[in-house]
Amino acid sequence: MTQPPPNNSAENTDRPDDLMGLSDGEYDAAVSSLGRTPNFTELGIFSVMWSEHCSYKSSKKWLKTLPVDGPQVICGPGENAGVVDIGDGRAAIFKMESHNHPSFIAPYQGAATGVGGIMRDVFTMGARPVANLNALRFGAPDHPRTRHIISGVVAGIGGYGNCMGVPTVGGEVNFHPSYNGNPLVNAMTVGIAPADRIFYSSAAGVDAPVVYVGSKTGRDGIHGATMASAEFDDDAEAKRPTVQVGDPFTEKLLLEACLELMATDAIIAIQDMGAAGLTSSSVEMASKGGVGFAINLDLVPRRETGMTAYDLMLSESQERMLMVLKPGREAEAQAIFEKWELDFAVIGRTDDSGHLRLSIGGELAADIPVAPLVDKAPEYDRPWTATPARPHIAPEDIDPPGVTPDLASCLLRLIGSPDACSRRWVWEQYDSMVMADTLSGPGGDAAVVRIHGTGSALAMTTDCTPRYVVADPETGGAQAVVEAWRNLTAVGATPLAITNNLNFGNPERPEIMGQLVGAVTGISAACKALDFPVVSGNVSLYNETVSGETGLAEAILPTPVIGAIGLIEASIKPLGLAICQPGLSLFVLGGPPPTNSGWLGASLFLRDIAEREDGAPPPLDLVNERRTGDFVRAEIAAKHITSCHDISDGGLLVAVAEMAMAGKVGAELAPPIDPEAGRQWPWAWAFGEDQGRYIVTVRDATKFEAAAKEANVSTWKLGKTGGDALTLFEEKLISLSDLVRAHETWFPALMDGETSQEH
Amino acid sequence: MQARIHITLKPEVLDPQGKAVLHALGGLGFGGIEDVRQGKTIDITLAETDRSVAEQDLIRMCETLLTNTVIENYEIEIDGI
Repeated sequence: MTQPPPNNSAENTDRPDDLMGLSDGEYDAAVSSLGRTPNFTELGIFSVMWSEHCSYKSSKKWLKTLPVDGPQVICGPGENAGVVDIGDGRAAIFKMESHNHPSFIAPYQGAATGVGGIMRDVFTMGARPVANLNALRFGAPDHPRTRHIISGVVAGIGGYGNCMGVPTVGGEVNFHPSYNGNPLVNAMTVGIAPADRIFYSSAAGVDAPVVYVGSKTGRDGIHGATMASAEFDDDAEAKRPTVQVGDPFTEKLLLEACLELMATDAIIAIQDMGAAGLTSSSVEMASKGGVGFAINLDLVPRRETGMTAYDLMLSESQERMLMVLKPGREAEAQAIFEKWELDFAVIGRTDDSGHLRLSIGGELAADIPVAPLVDKAPEYDRPWTATPARPHIAPEDIDPPGVTPDLASCLLRLIGSPDACSRRWVWEQYDSMVMADTLSGPGGDAAVVRIHGTGSALAMTTDCTPRYVVADPETGGAQAVVEAWRNLTAVGATPLAITNNLNFGNPERPEIMGQLVGAVTGISAACKALDFPVVSGNVSLYNETVSGETGLAEAILPTPVIGAIGLIEASIKPLGLAICQPGLSLFVLGGPPPTNSGWLGASLFLRDIAEREDGAPPPLDLVNERRTGDFVRAEIAAKHITSCHDISDGGLLVAVAEMAMAGKVGAELAPPIDPEAGRQWPWAWAFGEDQGRYIVTVRDATKFEAAAKEANVSTWKLGKTGGDALTLFEEKLISLSDLVRAHETWFPALMDGETSQEH
Repeated sequence: MQARIHITLKPEVLDPQGKAVLHALGGLGFGGIEDVRQGKTIDITLAETDRSVAEQDLIRMCETLLTNTVIENYEIEIDGI
C-alpha cells in the first residue's frame, strides 16, 4: 500500500459542496492536519469524529470543571464507562447514554438499541450487566404523538432488556410540551466486574491483530450525510434508514463470548462499536495507545453487497466489537466466538505509523494521522448568557387554586397527575426480577440489587427536575445531584459516584449555552460538596424542534439527568419507603421546618394546580444537606429508622401519601404549624418543595430526637402512623383507597386509547 | 376489490427473525441457504371499485399505519396485479 489515497471524484481538490456537517473552519483544520484535501471516506471520518457526539466540542470546556476523583474511583470519564471500587475485590461499572433522536423516529428500535448500546459500553470493560435504568421524558400527554412514542419506547426498553436477561429496576418518567418533538430516552446500565480485571480501550504493541467480532455490518444507521451522496445505486428505495435494528439475542451471545474471552489474558484492548461504528472504535483505540492501525476493509464481515469504504466505516450496525489481541492468540479467541455463533475476523494489525490506513479492493481508501483526529478536534468556547434570575414567589402571591382549594382535592389531583402518578403501567412491562438479585425494584427512592456472592448490595437511581433547571440552571443542576444522593441515602446506601446525561437544545444559542454552563457549574458544586465524583457521562445537544405555529426553534427544558450508584454494606438492611406498621412516630428531618411559608416557586403544585410555570426554584444548602444525609444513613445503620422517603416533587403531603400507599398504613398528621395561619395558606407547607428533607418512621421517638439533636440535624414531629386514611389535626383528610385509585388511574387511562401504530 | 400488501424490511436493516430462520433451517439439515429475509402479507378487502382511488387509499394506509416506513418497504397488489 504505497500509492496515495485515490481521489473519488474530479472535484476532490476543491472544497466539496457538502462538508457532511463540518463547518468551513473545521474543514480547513482537517485539510491542514492531513496536509491535503480529504477524500470522501476521509471526510466522513473527520465529520463523525468531530461531531458534537464524539468530540464534545461545545461542552468539553465546561465538562473539565467537574470533579472526577475520589478514593473509590478506579476509572473516571474517557473510557466506555466509569469504574468504582465496591469492596470484596469487585468494581461497579456504569454509564448513562441518550438515544433521543432515534427514539423519536422509530420509538421501539430507537429505545431498544439505546439499551443495547449502553449495555455494550459496560460489558466491553469486563462487567456483567446487573441492572438497567431509564430516564424518559415525553411530550404533553394530549399531544397526538405522545402515546405512540411511549408505547414504542417502553416496549423497546422491555424487549431488549428482557431478552438479554438483565433486569430493568428503575428510572423516571416526566411529561412536558417541550418534549413534543423531541422525547428523551436516557438509558443507564450498571455492571459488576472483578476489580483486577477491568478492560480498557488503549491499544498497544506493533503487529498485534485487530479483530472484529459480533454481527455483520450492514448499511443501517449510516450518518445522514450518506443520503446526499451520489455513490449509491439509483434504486426506488426511499431514504436509507438512519436508525438501527437491534438483535438482543445476538447481544446476549456477544456478552457471553466477550466475558469468556476476558477470563483469559488474550485481550490487549477492546472497544464496542457504538456511534460512528468502526471509525470511532478504531480511532479511539489507536489514539489512546499511540499506535497506527492498518485495516483491510475487504475482511469486514458484511450482510450486504456493494458496500463502500465509507459505508463500512460509518455503519452503526449493532452488536459489534473491535479488539486488539495479543499476537498468536487469534485461534483461541476465534474458537470462543465461533462457539457462540458470532462472526470473528482478523481485519488488520497495529503498527507504529500513527496512522489509520484503510484499504479496500487492494487500494488505499484512507490514510489519516490518528493524533490530530482526536487532539485537534475542535473545542469551542461558545458565547453564553446567564439565565435571568426569577423572582421568589411567596405563598400569599398565589391565588387560591381553582374552585376547590382544599388540601384533599389538591392532593388527589397531584398524586394522580402525569408527573406524580404511579408508573406501574411502565415498569410492569419490564422484567425487574430476572437474575434474582433485585431486592427493591421500581417505585422506591432507589432500586437495590444484591452483589452476587457478597452480603452487600448496590443502590441506584436516576434524577432530574427540569422545572428547576429551566428556572435556575445552577440550582437545578445541583439539585439533580443532591436528589440522587438523597435517594441513595434513603435506602441506606453510601453514595459512591455519578454518571450524567446532559440533554440541552442548540448550544450555538447563547441562552441555551448559558443553561449548559449553569447546570454544569451546579453539578460540579454539588458533587464537590458531597464527595460524589462524576465517572462517566454523555452530552446530547441540539434537542430542538421547529414549531409549526411560530416557525421558531423550540428547545426542550434543560434536562441534565444524573444517574448515581451507592453501596449498601452487608451489615445494613436496605430500607423502603413503605410505612410498615401502625403506632410509629413520623418525623420530618433536615431543611427548613414545614411551615406556612413553604417554597412553592417552580413546584409541581404551582404548575399543575395553580397553572403557573414561574418562580425561583427552592434553594439548596449543601452543608446542611450532607449533615442530614449522613445522619439518616447512620440512623438506618443503627436500625433506628423503619422507613424513609425523601421529600421531592409535590412536597410533604405527596411524600407521606406515597409512604402510606406503599405500606397500606395510614397516618395521623399534626405538623408543627400555626393552625390558623395554616388554614390560610395550607398548600405552602403541604406542597412546598423545600430541599434537603426526609420523612422517616421511628419506633423510639425520644431516642431519635436526642440523636438528631446531637448530630445538629433539625427534626419535626409530623404525627404517627395508623388507620386507613391520612388525617390532619384529627379530621379525616382522605382515605387510602381514594388515594390509591387516583394514583393508579392516570397512566393506564392515558394508554388505553393506544391501539394503533405499535410498530 | 381485493388488495394484498407485501411488507418487507429494507435490505439495509438487520432481520433477526430471518436470521433465526436461517439458523433453524441449517440445524434441520437444509444446506446451501445463503440468506433468509422474512416479511408479512396483509390482505384487505375494499368496497371501492375505482382502482386508482383504492390505490391512493392503500398508500395512505401503508404510510400511516401498516408499515414503519423508517425501516420497512411495501408493495401493493390489487386483484392479483
